[in-house]
Amino acid sequence: MADVNRGNRPLSPHLQVYRPQLTSITSIFARITGVALLGAAILVAWWFFAAAMGEGYYNFVNGLMTSFIGDVVMFMALWALCYHALSGLRHLIWDIGIGLDVETAEKMGLGVIGGSVVLAILVAIIV
Amino acid sequence: MVQFKLPKNSTVRVGKTWDKPTGTANVRKFQIYRWSPDDGQNPRVDTYFVDMDNCGPMVLDALIKIKNEIDPTLTFRRSCREGICGSCAMNIDGINTLACIYGMDEIKGDVKIYPLPHTPVVKDLIPDLTHFYAQHASIMPWLETKTNRPAKEWRQSIEDRKKLDGLYECVMCASCSTSCPSYWWNGDRYLGPAALLHAYRWLIDSRDEATGERLDDLEDPFKLYRCHTIMNCAKTCPKGLNPAKAIASIKKMMVERTL
Repeated sequence: MADVNRGNRPLSPHLQVYRPQLTSITSIFARITGVALLGAAILVAWWFFAAAMGEGYYNFVNGLMTSFIGDVVMFMALWALCYHALSGLRHLIWDIGIGLDVETAEKMGLGVIGGSVVLAILVAIIV
Repeated sequence: MVQFKLPKNSTVRVGKTWDKPTGTANVRKFQIYRWSPDDGQNPRVDTYFVDMDNCGPMVLDALIKIKNEIDPTLTFRRSCREGICGSCAMNIDGINTLACIYGMDEIKGDVKIYPLPHTPVVKDLIPDLTHFYAQHASIMPWLETKTNRPAKEWRQSIEDRKKLDGLYECVMCASCSTSCPSYWWNGDRYLGPAALLHAYRWLIDSRDEATGERLDDLEDPFKLYRCHTIMNCAKTCPKGLNPAKAIASIKKMMVERTL
């Protein structure tokens, strides 16, 4: 209730005291992975851009991207992609009006977490 | 808008630790949010110790015992003590629920009690729910009809009546709305789970004749569509209702009427 005139009344604690729920955590991670993927997409675009700029610049960027840190970042991006896709699938299921009871929603939440890790590792091994 | 941190006048300090009861070993620690409008101080968390051998099983029993025997200034709403009035909704052990039907055996460790989250505090555990009630009123929580009144009552088939189950039981305690992060950040314009559950209760009532107008009114980027299916509402509802599902059903009705 952000814009209510409350005089000098304090705002009661919210994030500070509310216990994280499986469904709230999976929800905020859908958003975090979405934003992070934009960053990852820019990184990949930068890689292509470097290739177009010439050999020296490409070698520099390619070195960064294939370094250990680059590998870690790209694997995280891969996981984020898997998570975001599965989470989107969960939202599509919800949008047709099913799976909205707490028990199913939590099962699907665990499925998204587990599935995204498995999927990311599988893709990393295959590719 | 999103504000992760509490405003300056709202940050919580460490408060008073009240004396332990003597002559008993079965003592439980309570940490309770306090704020008085009269002393110009910031909110604080007071610590109380309650003799559990002489206390009822519910959180409300302990609150009443503290008020009667330890600190008469502790302020909270309560009435029916059986989960039907919705007065004693508060944040207990990190979730919103009714103090009268939440057993202390469900809580591990110290009992932490705060007012309903992200609300203006009137005093101690009492939130100002003016805006919450105004939002409820805005969805027209009554039967709207256009045809002439029947000689007796508006009739409804058993099947149509069944559609109201899981909706009409809501006691408007505000646990769901104040558990919703979307409502925390956009509560000024987003109606929140409770008001939307009530909106759906009237939308699917076979006797109501204002379905179109009701949907028109909700067709708004904020009123309805700030629900992101976080589901804190359904998870926390002390009556076991599912506002998230009701909201999804409204969204579905919105799509279906354009087909």
